[in-house]
Amino acid sequence: MRIKTQTKGRIRRELDKRAPKLVETGKKTLILHGTKTSSVLNSVLTEIYHLKKGNSIKYSRKNDKIRPFESGGEASLEFFSLKTDCSLFVFGSHSKKRPNNLVLGRTYDHHIYDLVEVGIENFRSMESFSYDKKLAPQIGSKPFFAFIGEAFESVDELKHLKEVLLDLFRGEVVTNLNLAGLDRVYVCTAVSSNKIFFSHCALRLKKSGTVVPRMELVEVGPSMDMVVRRHRHPDDSLRKEAMKTAPELTKKKVKNVVKDDIQGKLGKIYIPDQKVGDMPLTNNVKGLKEERREAKMKGEDSKPTPKKQKQDAE
Amino acid sequence: MAETQYEVDLGNLLAFDAHHQFASPPSSREEIVKEALEQGTKLVQAVADALFNLPSTEDLEGPIVKLPAPTSKLPREKPLPKPRPPTKWEVFAQKKGIQKRNKEKLVFDEQTGSWKRRHGYDRVNDDNDIPIIEAKATDEPGTDPFAERRKEKKSKVEKQEKNRLHNLKQAQKAGALPSHIQLAATSLPITGTQTMPKKVSKDELQNVAGMAATSTASGGKFDKKLPGEKPQSMKRSIERLVCSDTTDFLPAVEGSGMGDMERQQTEKVLNKLISKNSHEILNVEKAVNMYNVKREKRQRKQGGGQSSSSSKFKPNKKSFKKTSHKGSSSNKGKSK
Repeated sequence: MRIKTQTKGRIRRELDKRAPKLVETGKKTLILHGTKTSSVLNSVLTEIYHLKKGNSIKYSRKNDKIRPFESGGEASLEFFSLKTDCSLFVFGSHSKKRPNNLVLGRTYDHHIYDLVEVGIENFRSMESFSYDKKLAPQIGSKPFFAFIGEAFESVDELKHLKEVLLDLFRGEVVTNLNLAGLDRVYVCTAVSSNKIFFSHCALRLKKSGTVVPRMELVEVGPSMDMVVRRHRHPDDSLRKEAMKTAPELTKKKVKNVVKDDIQGKLGKIYIPDQKVGDMPLTNNVKGLKEERREAKMKGEDSKPTPKKQKQDAE
Repeated sequence: MAETQYEVDLGNLLAFDAHHQFASPPSSREEIVKEALEQGTKLVQAVADALFNLPSTEDLEGPIVKLPAPTSKLPREKPLPKPRPPTKWEVFAQKKGIQKRNKEKLVFDEQTGSWKRRHGYDRVNDDNDIPIIEAKATDEPGTDPFAERRKEKKSKVEKQEKNRLHNLKQAQKAGALPSHIQLAATSLPITGTQTMPKKVSKDELQNVAGMAATSTASGGKFDKKLPGEKPQSMKRSIERLVCSDTTDFLPAVEGSGMGDMERQQTEKVLNKLISKNSHEILNVEKAVNMYNVKREKRQRKQGGGQSSSSSKFKPNKKSFKKTSHKGSSSNKGKSK
């Protein structure tokens, strides 16, 4: 193995960012389109890009070799995912059979994990909504999600779509959240068993009597109807592997600690046997050196020290 | 609209109403939008209720709340990283109980009475700066102590490199190589399960082009050449025919590419071929036939009048081709 790598600090840090981590930070999204797109689809793609401005990449060229649902047509997608380090993708295409088609997909380890294909109908872009500009949500704020309709639980495809939409728009998973920065909601309503109404609204927090402010929704963003066309579930084995969490994150048990009512917290300490042979020798062996040197000087005169007999305790 | 408890996932700021049914089925679009927003408001209110009731700390920009972990699990994007096996030193240190001690960057140098850096330019205790080494009683006369010191340093560096490679090998066995090393060593992507498409080098391309050329009937002589492509030497093409699979032959121990022994072997073979079997290389009869046929065609076309103007069809051309096979290689002509 002839490995002589001395990458500079910056390159190494960039590579470490792309390396697998125990706890994952936000996923990046790749937005691209196929050979033919319609104006509706173009605006949908640009608006999704604007919604996810900080962590998405939009390709502007057409890509003709990509067919996500066919076995050979995924190679390009996987390659792009690898190069840009994006694990989510939004692929738009337009054909007579599938007009205004949008394929939302996820990758695991840069291989296709699952796909959902939706058709866009009744699209209204961000510009068509008029509202007070002060309410406009900021880029990168953590959104609320509202899913309405029992179909999201009962229908398999809608359940899948719900998961994918959550993954797409979620942003980073954070522990500390600033409550003043909450300003957007994604509202998804199941209109029928294969159609949902998707809308992006800004939040207005109004004063109410209690600590909790009163929420008011103002439609700002793109709104569209999504008709689920096809979808592909991940393999069972792949799903099991992808859902694994780090073993260290499981709960920790504290052993040998007992809470006593009278004495309080008690602990038991077990001291293992001393292994004299393995104990670290001190570096300071000058004493031994002197002895040894004297012994050498004296030559064969001195007898070897007699072995100490084991004596019983007195 | 029965309003039972919504499913609230605080970690994701998600609220799911599983029990909502539209009171009146497909009404106009505006109605749907209105109802969606209404329901959405209710759901968001529910989440906000739970959210604002969490213990919050005051900050400059607003109250900061500690979110719980999300309940709806989503798949990872990359596999879990495998823990790195401890290095040789780490194992030893753990066994002996050696603690890590961070050293300071500046050390006081007694000789100059100033603070010098520990590593780098003008360092403390620089090995190269010692002017005089006193001889010990154990030293033999005639040995150069400075050279000894240099050798010792070199052996230490080599030992360290050996240990480093050993540690990397152990890490690779466990599947936990650091990302920049995996990228460099095997040109596999970081996540390790996909092979990159192999980039074809210039030599490989030349080889392939040569192979394609030699497999044609005319030996690639009349193939259209791309700009920048050099015409192949005959020796090279025979070489290619003889030793196509260089890896199966002698080991290229003497460095990359063809080793010295292999080169000698191919030279031998080539010489034998050229000198002895030249009549087997080119199918002379076929070549002669081809030329004769062409010549006759032309003659028939021109009405048999100017057969003497067959300047192009020099009979010498055949022998020209023949002589090019005998003896040393020339740049013209190709073997079949």
